[in-house]
Amino acid sequence: MSGYIPVTKAQKRHMLDIIGAETESSLFSDIPGDIRLKRDLDIPKPLVEMELYVHMKKLADKNISSEDKACFLGAGVYDHFIPAVVNHVVSRQEFYTSYTPYQAEISQGMLQAIFEYQTMICSLTSMDVSNASMYDGATAMAEAALMAVSAARKKTVLVSKTVNPQYRQVLDTYAKFCNFKVAEIDYTGCGHTDIGRLEELSGDETAAAIIQSPNFFGVVEQMDEAGKVLENQKALLIACVDPISLALLKSPAEYGADIVVGDGQALGNSMSFGGPHFGFLAAREKYMRKMPGRIVGRTQDRDGKPGYVLTIQAREQHIRREKATSNICSNQALNALAASVYLSSMGEEGLRETAGLCVQKSSYMYNRLLELEGFDPLFSGHFFKEFVVKSKREVCKLNKNLAKEGYIGGLHLGKYYPELDDCWLIAVTEKRTRKEIDGFVEVLKNEAYI
Amino acid sequence: MKLIFEKSLEGKRACKLPGCDVPHAGLDKLIPENMARNTDYALPKISEPELVRHFTALSKRNHGVDSGFYPLGSCTMKYNPKINEDLSKMKGFSGAHPLADETHVQGCLEILYMMDKMLSEITGMEHFSLQPSAGAHGELAGLMIMRAYHEKRKDMGRKKVIIPDSAHGTNPASAAMVGYDVLEVKSDRRGNVDINALKELISGEVAGLMLTNPNTLGLFEEKIMEISKIVHDAGGLLYYDGANANAIMGVVRPGNMGFDIVHLNLHKTFSTPHGGGGPGSGPVGVKKHLARFLPSPAVRKKDDEYYFEYNMPDSIGRMKSFYGNFGVILKAYAYILTMGGKGLKEVSETSVLNANYLMEKLKDHFKLPYERICKHEFVLSGIKQKEKGVTTLDMAKRIMDFGYHPPTIYFPLIVKEAIMVEPTETESLEALDNFADAMIKIAKEAIQEPDKVKNAPYNTAVKRLDEITAARRPVLKWSQDR
Amino acid sequence: MKVIEGLYYSKEHEWVKVDGEKAYLGITDYAQQAMGDIVYVELPETGTELAIGEALGVVESVKAASDIYTPLSGTVVDINTSLEDSPEEINNDPYESWIAAFKMSDAGELDNLMDAEDYKDFLEEE
Repeated sequence: MSGYIPVTKAQKRHMLDIIGAETESSLFSDIPGDIRLKRDLDIPKPLVEMELYVHMKKLADKNISSEDKACFLGAGVYDHFIPAVVNHVVSRQEFYTSYTPYQAEISQGMLQAIFEYQTMICSLTSMDVSNASMYDGATAMAEAALMAVSAARKKTVLVSKTVNPQYRQVLDTYAKFCNFKVAEIDYTGCGHTDIGRLEELSGDETAAAIIQSPNFFGVVEQMDEAGKVLENQKALLIACVDPISLALLKSPAEYGADIVVGDGQALGNSMSFGGPHFGFLAAREKYMRKMPGRIVGRTQDRDGKPGYVLTIQAREQHIRREKATSNICSNQALNALAASVYLSSMGEEGLRETAGLCVQKSSYMYNRLLELEGFDPLFSGHFFKEFVVKSKREVCKLNKNLAKEGYIGGLHLGKYYPELDDCWLIAVTEKRTRKEIDGFVEVLKNEAYI
Repeated sequence: MKLIFEKSLEGKRACKLPGCDVPHAGLDKLIPENMARNTDYALPKISEPELVRHFTALSKRNHGVDSGFYPLGSCTMKYNPKINEDLSKMKGFSGAHPLADETHVQGCLEILYMMDKMLSEITGMEHFSLQPSAGAHGELAGLMIMRAYHEKRKDMGRKKVIIPDSAHGTNPASAAMVGYDVLEVKSDRRGNVDINALKELISGEVAGLMLTNPNTLGLFEEKIMEISKIVHDAGGLLYYDGANANAIMGVVRPGNMGFDIVHLNLHKTFSTPHGGGGPGSGPVGVKKHLARFLPSPAVRKKDDEYYFEYNMPDSIGRMKSFYGNFGVILKAYAYILTMGGKGLKEVSETSVLNANYLMEKLKDHFKLPYERICKHEFVLSGIKQKEKGVTTLDMAKRIMDFGYHPPTIYFPLIVKEAIMVEPTETESLEALDNFADAMIKIAKEAIQEPDKVKNAPYNTAVKRLDEITAARRPVLKWSQDR
Repeated sequence: MKVIEGLYYSKEHEWVKVDGEKAYLGITDYAQQAMGDIVYVELPETGTELAIGEALGVVESVKAASDIYTPLSGTVVDINTSLEDSPEEINNDPYESWIAAFKMSDAGELDNLMDAEDYKDFLEEE
């Protein structure tokens, strides 16, 4: 008997007697005999906790961890600092072993936490409403496109080529099956979205344009200009943003964004090989009823005490079924909770300092790299925590050498942009120290590797 | 309880950061004025002890599986093994970057590879993709695969998907997202798909049928092979919604029931925590003839090395960034390794035993709309109590006073005043008896002291909440001036 | 269940009140009771042209959403914006709380609707 199953053999017999069943298998007599499995499942023999731990440790040790090597790889997932309180709060069983707060009176903790989360996301993005979170940044962006298509009753969504390539792949998947078109906008030599092309491409059928800032290359986009073009075209601006950057960079409302999305991993969630993270989605009030997913609202109980409930649910699948705004049923509540704790722990000041350190350290590293023989600048736009350099040496080889010396190198951009095969995308978060940055540069200077 | 913003005070702060250790220019040089933020934003200003007290107080206003029985039907709220939480926090997993060189993340790749294999074995499929983040996301991927399959065969006239009237709302919502019209097939008096109604709906325009088996009534679709034949003969595919897979592991496999596409909910069947609404994980699996359409990339193995296969020209594409909710997947992997094949069968057998036992204890006190063996869950109706003016909602609120999370209510839609109970295999006989006693007490209260039930709950953090005003005049965030 | 003389009724439980070329449309007492507390009404835009059976708007309660399909063809000339802030007016007084006013394109379509007597009978059968 498994330790997770608390019913003894004798108790089972007693229960069967009460039910009036001969054996346990007679409870499966409604399953036609000819389709029943006549053998045991072919799965490795069970491990007890001690064995399991050893097995998993062995697997974990086959991976390179950002805890052991300084991580300069970003491209959508970042090695930011996570205060210890985050893990302690999200490890409270009342949060992590609960489910979607359908029954409000017994779920006030999670409901209020989501309400606080929605408030923080609205504040950072300067939007009117936020939902309770999405699966990740990529799906949040795809759902934002669906929202725009439905709100504008138009079928084309423009997307800049500077948007995270994986996000664009997800957008393509959704577009292919969910009946809208996607057109891509090129980038300029500065590493910006080509605003001229944006203007040319947007027309009567354009529901929205999606622009990421800072973009995949790390470059801060000219969002003001994009906002103006789209306002003239009566199309929506969907901004995809790095939440930490919003401590310093213009808020999406200031440049006229209608919907704001992004990935929230940077806010207190570990990299975990790409998930679970969460996506955020916030919008202007007039799009509130087009939003996908759960939304929490404030109300009162019978005694007039404030309380929180899931609300404006008539948008959702469990009520509207095939007419719902989306099929999404869950959110990433625990990851969103981690973000709330992170943001509460940092406060405005802490978030601004984190953002500032990212800018200063990445700028320092950029300059140090350009001092080296064989490394050249590519884009001239301002960047936030990530930047591109051109390398005369093969990028994959550089990364291999760095790994040997204890560093996780940057992304080989050729993987997503064939025209940038000699380019390297490097991320520098607040966690990287001068010693690590200088050490990284030293490896590149090491003659043995040249 | 006050919001964290209402506890804020200028000058307080929890986390301190180190100073900048590199020579730097001022931020105004690095971020030109036209890019800089001009508007304020408000985050809490709070010290660490107050922060911890705030969230601890919030947690106490929440019911989790560890707090007590959580018989939320169709959600499989089973115990979440603690070791698996610890394993997911091992630095080799939590600190692994998803874009790291494949040779540097072999441990992660092995888990994805093994999960593909083991989930395929459990369900009788050829391959799984671990990418979808939740059940509904898995459905979306599965329906995209269905459409891609028909379109690849140039069978362009299939515009409809058949879904039972007892199905989860996500089924029709997912089908509609992928551009299908939904045909609803009604249930018969035994709670099965009505075969004659199905025969009337089936045609060459039908892309497929979505089915949960056991269905949302907790009943096994006895005529599944006949259903399968009807759908396949018409050229359609059979989609298995794995919401209720906890009832059948090691007993019968969707693949052997004729299903072509399957999604599983790792957060239900495979014990990963529900996280207050997520993260979940909804892997999608298919039979051999559909494997080429699975989301890309796939994990493959060559000469003892694992790698990502991106060359999948017929794939529906990418469903999310990277490879799925890896941290969730690894907990499910650890769970399967702990249980083994026989253990998984014991899970299903015990969950079915627990449900039948509880049903037996309750069936004289509530209306039982379908009198037959149930699988891992069962549906009661509060219609007898409704006649006395006490609704299922009232009784659900009352059960909170006894320290339980209420069952799922008003679902499935085809049962009036529905109460859907799923005990899972991780509840003891003692817990089931105590819950049954409480339910029976409430059933009696509903007749003898209806007002007591109608005004419940009494012992919760707040009393019954006004959902109507919340929806009429939405307040969706805190603001200073309120 | 209140049914008012002098109005036209549809099988989808909508009422129509004719005022010259204009027709006002709302939902009946039966419909509002079936919906429960109404929390939101999605109104059409004025100027929208609709054919019979097209969705004119949506009425939502906490637990349900119901599309309103127009029983008449025509152009929306006016909408009852007070429902945006006070959707509960439909619960309080369904026959005064019109949702949209139409310029009918074919008054003959009224013949397909029920009068109060027929609607009462129809409700009995429901």
